[in-house]
Amino acid sequence: MREDSSILKVSGLNVKFDGHIILENVSFDVKRDDTLAIIGPNGAGKTVLFRAILGLIPFEGTITWAPDVKIGYVPQRLAVEKDLPLTVREFLSLKENDQRQIDNALREVGFLENASHLHNDLRVLSTSIGDLSGGEFQRVLIAYALLGNPNVLLFDEPTVGVDVAGEETVYSLIHKLQAKSDLTIIFISHELEIVYQHATTALCLNKSEICFGPPKEVVDKKALIKMYGEGITFYKHADIESIYSHHEHHTHHDH
Amino acid sequence: MTINLPFLLFIGILVGATSGLLGSFMVIKRMSLVGDALSHVALPGIAIALTFGINPILGALIALVVATFGIWYLSEHSEVYPEALVGVFFTASLSIGLLLTPEPDLLEALFGNIDKIGFTDGILTMIGAIIIFAVTLAISKKLLLGVVSEDLAKAQKININKINLVYLLLVALVVALGVKFLGTILTGAMVIIPAATAKNLARSITSYQYLSIGAGVVASVIGILVARNFNASSGPIVILVAVAMFILSYVLKKH
Repeated sequence: MREDSSILKVSGLNVKFDGHIILENVSFDVKRDDTLAIIGPNGAGKTVLFRAILGLIPFEGTITWAPDVKIGYVPQRLAVEKDLPLTVREFLSLKENDQRQIDNALREVGFLENASHLHNDLRVLSTSIGDLSGGEFQRVLIAYALLGNPNVLLFDEPTVGVDVAGEETVYSLIHKLQAKSDLTIIFISHELEIVYQHATTALCLNKSEICFGPPKEVVDKKALIKMYGEGITFYKHADIESIYSHHEHHTHHDH
Repeated sequence: MTINLPFLLFIGILVGATSGLLGSFMVIKRMSLVGDALSHVALPGIAIALTFGINPILGALIALVVATFGIWYLSEHSEVYPEALVGVFFTASLSIGLLLTPEPDLLEALFGNIDKIGFTDGILTMIGAIIIFAVTLAISKKLLLGVVSEDLAKAQKININKINLVYLLLVALVVALGVKFLGTILTGAMVIIPAATAKNLARSITSYQYLSIGAGVVASVIGILVARNFNASSGPIVILVAVAMFILSYVLKKH
């Protein structure tokens, strides 16, 4: 059936805001079933790249999705009003009418029937989305993305604003989703450990493309210096993350 | 021709219900001031209609539709919502309207006069109400998704700009329906206050919308009856009843 195994082809992508170049000549292919991590410092244009491939912002160059693509998108964070009268069930119903599908999607992100704690229980359905914690809301957003059986999932920094315990659930969830057949995952992350563990391909970005390929092969000292500058020192592989974190952890925003 | 009370109550119920329905979106879209200001545009439309002997509802509608395209264009083509510009534009149209409206009709145009509502107005109001309910039902989910996140909506290939335009046109229609009943100054309030009341009490979107429609209807009915009883102008009484309900809901919310 499928003559081409690529689900997404990006070539010569340029994005400018008010004359400033945000992304310059970015080209890459994403194969079906692949898990691609997009990494880079703050302001590297990771979120802008996401927004471009989702068609949310104008760009130059070509972005081609396979004709059968169905995208589920998990945004970095949503500024939802605390007192917005919208329950989780109503939010998920904006995309899916079938209540069983909604229950299934919530089960996939770890909400169970009669769990001992509310934030793991399907009772979350009647909670208003403004009352959810950061981690709960993140999981609900992932459930929303899973509705309608997407074959591509886009995660923008899935753990920003989520506590450590929640962070683990999100990545174990991504790991679980990888096992699904015909599901391509593209995620933005600033944690190298996560990238080494979960990604089959990495795209290093700092305005332009710095590396692209299997993370253990292409995300090396040279690529990291290109992204983060000469100022950082390396001891051994495992320490890279702590250096990395020093650069990224204290800031929460990206473009 | 004397218009009987049941007919006036019927018109009041239609205006209250449609205002409540559309207002429910306006309040959570954080556009309350725009909705209020928009109603001022009706005045020059009414003035021109009176000059040429056309039905004022139609005159108001034409002016409102033109202004709606203006607001829509501004909001879609500017990063920051041009609130100041909206304020300037609407005060200008109010001033022009004040100069153009013939002196004897001015008070009526500003604050409405329910006794002047005729059969044709009744028919126009019914047609308008049917359109508002039908179209709102059709775009409701997309509109709500846009309130949660325009990015999520766009990622689902929903043309949110178009949805916003359709919504604003419905608001223009509801303001036009309300001008004879409540006048140009007060119709905006009828869109906002019942919805704000409902938001104090509701915990889900469904209850929020029903409460908002209900608050609009109750304010209209009580307001008309009280005004009749005391031989007072119905527009301000209806709005004061709505305000009283808002205060009550605010007190209830605190407990």
